[in-house]
Amino acid sequence: MLEKKFKIANKNFKSRLIVGTGKYKSFRECADAIKASGADIVTVAVRRVNISDKNKARLMDYIDPKKITYLPNTAGCFTAEDAIRTLRLAREIGGWKLVKLEVLGDKNNLFPEMIETLRSTELLTKEGFKVMVYCTDDPLMAKRLENAGAVAIMPLAAPIGSGLGIQNKVNIKIIRKQTKLPLIIDAGIGQSSDACIAMELGCDGVLINTAIAKAKNPIQMAEAMKLAVISGRKSFLSGRISPNIFGSASTTKKGII
Amino acid sequence: MKVKNKIKITVNGKQIQVIPNFSLKSLMTKLKMPLNKIAIELNKKIIDKKRISKIYLQKGDKIEIVHFIGGG
Repeated sequence: MLEKKFKIANKNFKSRLIVGTGKYKSFRECADAIKASGADIVTVAVRRVNISDKNKARLMDYIDPKKITYLPNTAGCFTAEDAIRTLRLAREIGGWKLVKLEVLGDKNNLFPEMIETLRSTELLTKEGFKVMVYCTDDPLMAKRLENAGAVAIMPLAAPIGSGLGIQNKVNIKIIRKQTKLPLIIDAGIGQSSDACIAMELGCDGVLINTAIAKAKNPIQMAEAMKLAVISGRKSFLSGRISPNIFGSASTTKKGII
Repeated sequence: MKVKNKIKITVNGKQIQVIPNFSLKSLMTKLKMPLNKIAIELNKKIIDKKRISKIYLQKGDKIEIVHFIGGG
C-alpha cells in the first residue's frame, strides 16, 4: 500500500504522532520532548491566568504556535456547555478552529461521556469548529460522531494516563474498516510498542502525553514514540504475512547435503 | 488621596477594587496581560480584545482571563 498524506480537516501534517503538553517537569522539558517527538500538532488546555504572579512563564513563550499547530482541548469539561465555552475562549486567544473535544463522565476512570460528547460535536460543528473527538472505542458511537461532523475519531486505547496499551484491538479494527476519517488513538499508550501496534492496526495517528511526560527520560521516550509510529505505519503499509500456527522454513531444502 | 466610591469586581475568582470609569483595557494594563496570548470573558460573554478600551467596568462584574497551559 502506498503512503497517503496525513490530512486532518484538509490540512496536511508531516508527523502522525500528536503529543500532549501536560505533566512535564518544566516548559523547557516539554519543548525539548516535542522537538524529539517530531510532532507538528500539540494539545493544549485553557485555564485561568494566575493574576497574582504576573511574570510567570507561559507555554506560548516556549512553544511557538506559528511553528507548531496548537490543538486546544476541553480537558476538565463535563458538559457540552462547558466544552463550548472553553473552545470559544480558545478560539478567541488566537483563532483556532481545529480543536480536540473531550467531555468526561467519570472522575475516576476518565471515560468520555458519549451522549454529551455527541451533542457537543453537533453544536461545535454548527459553529464552524473542526472537531477531533476523544471517544470510547464503540464503533456505533464512532459512526454517530462521524455523521455529526467530526473531522477525526479519537478512541481511547485505555483510560487516560493508565499506560495500559490497546485493550480492544477488535473494536479499533472495526472502526478502521468503517471510517475514512482520520482515526487516532488517544489515551492509554504506555510504551512505544503500544504506539506501534496502534499504527499496525491501521490507525492514522497516535496522541500521547503521559507515556512521554512521565517517563524517566521524557526526551528519549519522545524519540522512541516517534520511531514506533513511523515503524508501525510502514509495517501496516507493507502488508504483513498471514499468521500460521505451523512453521515455514526460511531456507530451501533444495541442495541439502 | 483616598479615592472614594471604588467598585468591587471579580477577576479569575479574586475580588479586586478599581476606581470608577476604569476600562477593561486599563485593567489588562494593570495586570500586565499580554493581549495576544489571552482571552477575556466579561460576565460569561467573550470580549473582542479590540474593543476593551471602550468597555468600562461596573460594580459586581465578573471577569475571566484565560490562556493556554500544558494539557493532553
